[in-house]
Amino acid sequence: MDMTVANRIEAERLAPVTTAAKPAKVTAKDVNVYYGEKHALKHVNVDIPDRGVMSFIGPSGCGKSTFLRCINRMNDTISSCKVTGLITIDNQDIYDPALDVVQLRARVGMVFQKPNPFPKSIYDNVAYGPRIHGLANNKSELDQIVTASLEKAGLWGEVKDRLQDSGTGLSGGQQQRLCIARAIAVNPEVILMDEPCSALDPIATAKIETLIDDLRSNYCIIIVTHSMQQAARVSQRTAFFHLGTLVEEGPTEQIFSMPHDQRTQDYITGRFG
Amino acid sequence: MTVAYFAVLAALTFAAYAVAVRRSSAIAVAGPVRLHSLPAYHGLLAASVVLVPMLLIYLIGSQLVTTLATSNALSQFPADVQSDVMKSGSALRDVRNLAAGQHSGDASPVLTSAAATYSAWLERGTYAIYGAGILAAFLGLAMSLASIKPSFRARTHFESVVNIVLMACAGVAILTTIGIVASVFTETMRFFFDPAIKGRPGVLEFLFGTEWNPQQAMRADQGDIKSAYGFIPLLTGTLLITFIAICVAGPLGLLSAIYLAEYATPKMRKYAKPVLEILAGIPTVVLGFFAALTVAPLVRGAGASIGLDVASESALAAGLVMGMMIIPFISSLSDDVINAVPQSLRDGAFALGATKSETIKQVVLPAALPGIVSAFMLAISRAIGETMIVVMAAGLAANLTINPLDAVTTITVQIKTILVGDQEFDSAKTLAAFALGFVLFFVTLILNFIAQRFVRKYREQYD
Repeated sequence: MDMTVANRIEAERLAPVTTAAKPAKVTAKDVNVYYGEKHALKHVNVDIPDRGVMSFIGPSGCGKSTFLRCINRMNDTISSCKVTGLITIDNQDIYDPALDVVQLRARVGMVFQKPNPFPKSIYDNVAYGPRIHGLANNKSELDQIVTASLEKAGLWGEVKDRLQDSGTGLSGGQQQRLCIARAIAVNPEVILMDEPCSALDPIATAKIETLIDDLRSNYCIIIVTHSMQQAARVSQRTAFFHLGTLVEEGPTEQIFSMPHDQRTQDYITGRFG
Repeated sequence: MTVAYFAVLAALTFAAYAVAVRRSSAIAVAGPVRLHSLPAYHGLLAASVVLVPMLLIYLIGSQLVTTLATSNALSQFPADVQSDVMKSGSALRDVRNLAAGQHSGDASPVLTSAAATYSAWLERGTYAIYGAGILAAFLGLAMSLASIKPSFRARTHFESVVNIVLMACAGVAILTTIGIVASVFTETMRFFFDPAIKGRPGVLEFLFGTEWNPQQAMRADQGDIKSAYGFIPLLTGTLLITFIAICVAGPLGLLSAIYLAEYATPKMRKYAKPVLEILAGIPTVVLGFFAALTVAPLVRGAGASIGLDVASESALAAGLVMGMMIIPFISSLSDDVINAVPQSLRDGAFALGATKSETIKQVVLPAALPGIVSAFMLAISRAIGETMIVVMAAGLAANLTINPLDAVTTITVQIKTILVGDQEFDSAKTLAAFALGFVLFFVTLILNFIAQRFVRKYREQYD
């Protein structure tokens, strides 16, 4: 967006030496986000590895969702929002003006806090993405994509006899898995999840967590969560955000057992947030 | 006197409120127990116990008294006057005028005595109403004051007062509707089936006749004028103009609603929407002469330039202007329903890589469909019921045509034409207006029904 050459050099100078074992799928260098005058996200640098789950934790308003929404440029829909810095996926700058944001969002799927199935049939919900991107050449290919996506999302067995029923008639947990199936159907590389279980009961939550665990061998999953237990259960790496800065990032076990930063220590022991 | 009654009513209501509040406050301060309800609720309850009976007694009582006075006055007239509706009506008018001191000329002895009876009954009845009303008020006040105790649930009882008041308001609206429909229906039945009406058509002749010419012989030597009450030309005229109007307003209204709701900046929307709604505030008579004096000649000129013969009063001109008139109905309501579609649905589509127009077409509009159809239905109802524009721009000629360049007429225009000027309510011509009104009501009802079925079938219910 507002990347001048000088900015870019500066961003690269500030970037930390990456220590992640696997090659990074998503990389952020000196990312700042402003909502009007408000500086919502400050100098975030992080490398997110492919084929694994990374969780963002932190108190409300710390910027973790804001950062998540930068990765598929959903913040573009908010007119007062301004993003600076460099975010790359597979070393490609996603804020490059030459990049088609529609194509980007096909590569970076997103699951929202509140299940938001379209008020269409279960089939049409999953088929929506493949249809607009022309992923299927005929009806049987589309059927295959829908079936495969619902299977991957662990919903096939529950809905296979009522694919023409409305997606909004499902239970909350089923709706959320439908949204995950819908995201998977366009064959993304990265899946962003913004507190996907916060509106669900514990049983539905457990199902989604199992599903996330199943999906991580094929996708780069980034999940924002308020529940530290959930972060500990599903993610391999964890990043802790506080007041718009990324305080600490590392393997989940290390973050929860021996964090380097005092603020992380305070947060995970429940002293604030 | 009426003013005095209502002054007393207001005074007693306020007094009841004040006294009840003071009583209950006193208990609340003095006693060791807590009041169940706040003093204000005791006051409100006492006030409504005074207000409602006084109002009811007045409304019901005055009806009763008028009926009694009328029948007693009428009973003094000879039997032939009493039995004839026309004569008794005119006698009653004379009685009322004389009683009010507005009778011109000499009054017959019968009339004088009847008027005296009428006045006497009216006066006695009125006093009885006032007495009963005030008595009821004091009774109510006494009862409510006696019931003020810490345990008395004035707050709960007041809920039922609210319930009754709200129900009564809804009831007035519903009863009025039923009354209007019933009165139009009775007159329509007279038009079709009353043997006293000369020249009335049969039901089938009315519904399927293709000639409309409600002329009436005014003098005996014109007896051979044949009137025709075929409804079809009016229906086609109405539907033709409405169709043209919807063809104009539908796309323009819906597309401007989409622009306002999805594309316009908040600032643009803030100014554009009220301006669009001003269009709805232009009196239709103004739009009517705009149609007749500006649009009709334009249409005629445009038609002439490409070699078409356009009538100077054309369905097209009226339809175009009517379309302008109903744009705000469609755009404003559709804008509201599009805005009501949750942002989460748009986010879901965007996150799958849909463009803005894909999102609107495939997600937002289907979700907003029921509201959009309602907006269209309201607009169509307005167009069907609209009169002034058509009177001025489309003419009175009942041509059976679907050519928009011809002059046509509509149901509403014919109703207006029939009912302008002096009327006699026992002629087929006048009663035809009621039949037209009834059919118009029926057409709109069917359209609404179809729209509701359509919405139920295709709606995509969110949340």
